[in-house]
Amino acid sequence: MSTWDRFVETFFNAKVMVKYLPDILSGMVVTIELAVLIVLSGLFAGLVLALLRALAIRPLNWLIIFVVDLFRSLPPLVIIVLIYFGLPAAGVSPSGFVSTWLSLAFVLMAFSEEIFWAGITSIPKGQWEASRSTGLSFGQTLINVVLPQALRLTIPPLTNRTIAITKGTALGTVVAVAEILGQASSAVSNSYNPSPLMMGAAAYLVLFLPVVVAARWIETKFAWKR
Amino acid sequence: MIESFFNPEIIAAIWPIVLAGLLNTVLLSLIVVPLGLLGGLILALLATVHHPLVRWPLMAWVDFFRAFPPLVLLVLLFAGLPFAGLELGGFACVAIAFFLNTGAYYGEILRAGIDSVPAGQVEAGRSTGLSRLQAMTYIVLPQAVRNVLPDLMSNTLEVVKLTSLGSVVAVPELLFQARQAQSLTYNATPIVLAAIIYFLLLWPLVRLLSRLENRALAGRR
Amino acid sequence: MSKPIVEAREIHKHFGHLHVLKGVDLEVAERELVFVIGPSGSGKSTLLRCLNRLEEPSSGSVVVDGIDMLDPRTDINHARQRIGMVFQSFNLYPHMTALGNVTLALRKVAGKSRGEADVLGMAALERVGLADRAGHTPGQLSGGQQQRVAIARAIALEPRVMLFDEPTSALDPELVGSVLEVMRDLRQSGMTMIVVSHEMGFARNAADRVVFMDDGLIVEQGPPAAIFENPTQERTRAFIGQIQRH
Repeated sequence: MSTWDRFVETFFNAKVMVKYLPDILSGMVVTIELAVLIVLSGLFAGLVLALLRALAIRPLNWLIIFVVDLFRSLPPLVIIVLIYFGLPAAGVSPSGFVSTWLSLAFVLMAFSEEIFWAGITSIPKGQWEASRSTGLSFGQTLINVVLPQALRLTIPPLTNRTIAITKGTALGTVVAVAEILGQASSAVSNSYNPSPLMMGAAAYLVLFLPVVVAARWIETKFAWKR
Repeated sequence: MIESFFNPEIIAAIWPIVLAGLLNTVLLSLIVVPLGLLGGLILALLATVHHPLVRWPLMAWVDFFRAFPPLVLLVLLFAGLPFAGLELGGFACVAIAFFLNTGAYYGEILRAGIDSVPAGQVEAGRSTGLSRLQAMTYIVLPQAVRNVLPDLMSNTLEVVKLTSLGSVVAVPELLFQARQAQSLTYNATPIVLAAIIYFLLLWPLVRLLSRLENRALAGRR
Repeated sequence: MSKPIVEAREIHKHFGHLHVLKGVDLEVAERELVFVIGPSGSGKSTLLRCLNRLEEPSSGSVVVDGIDMLDPRTDINHARQRIGMVFQSFNLYPHMTALGNVTLALRKVAGKSRGEADVLGMAALERVGLADRAGHTPGQLSGGQQQRVAIARAIALEPRVMLFDEPTSALDPELVGSVLEVMRDLRQSGMTMIVVSHEMGFARNAADRVVFMDDGLIVEQGPPAAIFENPTQERTRAFIGQIQRH
């Protein structure tokens, strides 16, 4: 047996791969579920916070800024561990799935609030004045005039950040979520063979590489007008 | 409530463990940030070669690591390599994974920075007799770094936060130590303490960044 | 003089320590064209912006077309529909077409259906001579065309008064004429207009009254000929002299 054969036999063992393929596939489903939940709830919460911040209510804004800073400062894994191992002491026991979802959604909320807010404040004052002078209310101006322009500005930084945070679903493995990495790791320890890990790695690429390539395209399409 | 989340007795008992973790986190950051920057610089300099045989593999490399979760990379090195007879230990695996992963991010940022320096700057330098490398070192890079400083700082913040992944491969950094202390005391206090330390350590940087980013976006219209 | 349509009394405006308006009274009659001139920083733009409450006066009263603009019970958004405003920097919405710019308030504030709003919007664009550009976005229009779309956006709401805040200052010289022409048309149709501008030629042959402001106060006002040929105040004389030298 040549070295190459031994390498293939070890890292791309067909028998092991066939056996654990269903596990990896079910891990992919969990990863996708987590990712979709995180993106939807995180971006929605971030947008809501940015709109609330536009109301310019002092104490509320301080609170928003503090929450955003908090979730930008803490490593996502620390938040996950805190929720999963810490909250039970307070009488709530979220599952690993819920802990990971909440943690990463909070992190995405914080980052997207910053980006949405920067987008809103970058719209010139004249846009507000023109709209208000024709009788549109504050809310109507925000929704019809400011937000459409702000969102366009925020798309490139937002897609990059969303991808980086969504990849964090792999952290769920630390709190026993049966996502791709979790499934792959337990398959490795059951089979004493690293092939499932290679499948897991491939599974991440299948899920995220198209998104990254799409993001690159979006980035050029919505590039800043310099 | 305070008993299970911020217990003074437990803090008194475990603070040396957590402090050791903090020291290791700082040390780890001091190693992986320069490593990542080095990886990024190599990629960014390669990107100045506008040959398709360089450009496409480079783009594939960067996209690969943008798509690949750093934890998966770390586990692959830590749990996969021993099967090839290569046992590196948690610390070395973290160093390699960060060099690859954060290098790709730093590389993208530095490339954008280099692109932002007008071609006339190189031409002016070359016209005074500087070599390509000299023009890059003394003229382009300083301006490039200044132009993308907020992005570089923001990525550095992410890298420091990412060192917490070391806990998964038994590197005794802050989170790992806190979880050790937690399993010794059956109490969430050590993790809360670690979170507070992370927050106090990184908050100033987050504040600064948020100001810089707001200004940058406003200036980009 | 018939009953004034715009009545501003004792307007004061402070920005922090700056006292920008120091008790300004301005009455404008229906169908009148009032030109406001003065050195930069004299408070003329601020006065204009106080009339539709884009700027909140520190004290004083503003009544437009019988509506007390500063009364907290006034629905300011409906009141503003009666007061059109044109800005120095156009402030067109870059993400909408010319027609979209003109019809937004018609739909959102005046409550017109999209179909009705489009008909009224096209009529307004027709009046400024840009019906053929309805589908263009601001980025595809010249500065003069953009400012005419901005005028259409205001007149589509059929305002009782139009405010112009240096409408030609941001335009290349060759594009000024087309905007002034639209303003002249508006005047002929009987629109009440208050114009802050440096276009002295236009003031001379179109204005009913010229108001000279300096240092937050109205120094002198009267028919254009009187103000330009025979100013009674030293400051007015100095300002007119400066402008005519250029």
